[in-house]
Amino acid sequence: MPPTTDLVVQKIETRADGSLRAYLRSIAAIVWKDLAAEFRSRELIGAMLVFSALVILIFNFALELDIRTREAVTSGVLWVTFAFAGTLGLNRSMAIEKDRGCLDGLLLAPVDRNAIFFGKAIGNLFFMLIVEAIILPMYSVLYNVNLFQPGLILVILLGSIGYTAVGTLLASMAVQARTRDVLLPILLFPVLIPLLLAAVKASNGFLMGFEMAEIMPWINVMIAYDVIFIAVAFMVFDFIVEE
Amino acid sequence: MERTPKALKVLTWLTSAVFIVALYLVLIWAPQEAIMGDVQRVFYFHVAAGWVGALAFLVTAIVGGIYLARGEQRWDRIAVASVEIGVVFTFINIVTGSIWARPIWNTWWTWDPRLVTATIMLLIYIAYIMLRQGIEDPDRRARFGAVYGIVGFISVPITFASIRIFRTIHPVVVGSSDPTALGAFDMNAEMRVAFFFSLFTFTLIYITLLWYRLRLQQQKEKIEERKLTALSS
Repeated sequence: MPPTTDLVVQKIETRADGSLRAYLRSIAAIVWKDLAAEFRSRELIGAMLVFSALVILIFNFALELDIRTREAVTSGVLWVTFAFAGTLGLNRSMAIEKDRGCLDGLLLAPVDRNAIFFGKAIGNLFFMLIVEAIILPMYSVLYNVNLFQPGLILVILLGSIGYTAVGTLLASMAVQARTRDVLLPILLFPVLIPLLLAAVKASNGFLMGFEMAEIMPWINVMIAYDVIFIAVAFMVFDFIVEE
Repeated sequence: MERTPKALKVLTWLTSAVFIVALYLVLIWAPQEAIMGDVQRVFYFHVAAGWVGALAFLVTAIVGGIYLARGEQRWDRIAVASVEIGVVFTFINIVTGSIWARPIWNTWWTWDPRLVTATIMLLIYIAYIMLRQGIEDPDRRARFGAVYGIVGFISVPITFASIRIFRTIHPVVVGSSDPTALGAFDMNAEMRVAFFFSLFTFTLIYITLLWYRLRLQQQKEKIEERKLTALSS
């Protein structure tokens, strides 16, 4: 069966039983659609990667990342890079839906609106994690620090989840505004500050080898942030895409 | 053009009178603080402005929720009016704080948790106004405004909690006092009167401004409607 008919069949099934399994399947269908489109065009991840590399290079000159300053600022540099590269990806991923009328198509599909949100958010999370998975070893090699610590990976995962949850919600608002590319970072960054702050502090704690007792409060802030904003996005997303 | 309703006129005069009394209480009647001197008098309006800012954003989040539930335009009018007033008063709060901090902390600005949260709050609601300016369709504008008003309002207490993990040097006058705070003091009975009277005054100012702003919005919409009918006929 060709993939398109497969998708249609799936959606009809969703309408038929409306169970949790069907809900999860429609989320998976949207994630799969985004990933498939990306692996064919490769425009998003490529742009995010080149941009991230540029940001790190600029930091290198701006902060003179020599061996002494590097230790203290590595987590800050990483998170600023992820945050900037992330807006690029979020803007693009929602703009594609809007410009080619795909969002209307998605909305017409007989799936729960929230499934669209989770589908897009998980897709964005994948892109973000792929970019991070390439940036981390690159940074490790360039600056000769070991970033592959389980604690740091956990922090990056938690941070990326919160980032994409809020980011997808706000990006789907921003693309519908006149000043969209300019608007997204302005809307996103002030709301993200608690998450970024906790992420930088927690990453720094792991990199500097602090006690767990000092790092835990920050991890808790991140978990609380993730849970609260996923719940809020779940409740309000309907109102953003409603026509 | 409809006339200003009588109740609003009365409220305006009442607010002006109360404000003059508040000025008297704060500037003359309240005793001079022993260590800080007259600069401590900034405190009364500083806290009152901060209170109005927080109240205004709370109102925005609440009416935003009501708007999403009911879809009636009048709730959105309250939301946008409240944000505009809140932004102005939060700004007053930050500026008066700076004026006080210069002699007491010996700097206009410091990266203290309290100051950072106030600034983030200001930035969030400036973003709110920019978001609304970017959308023409009134229905969509209202929906997005409501959503962002709620999202923004939730992020403020989280920011506050997250940077509370640090110690703050900002004094806490009402309630328990942090020993690390710089410039803390205990209010005596007269100061307390002046303080609560300022809070009351600023709340009145908020209500009055909100009312005027709502009327302005209604009149704007009426003009818009008449323009459309004039153009179409």
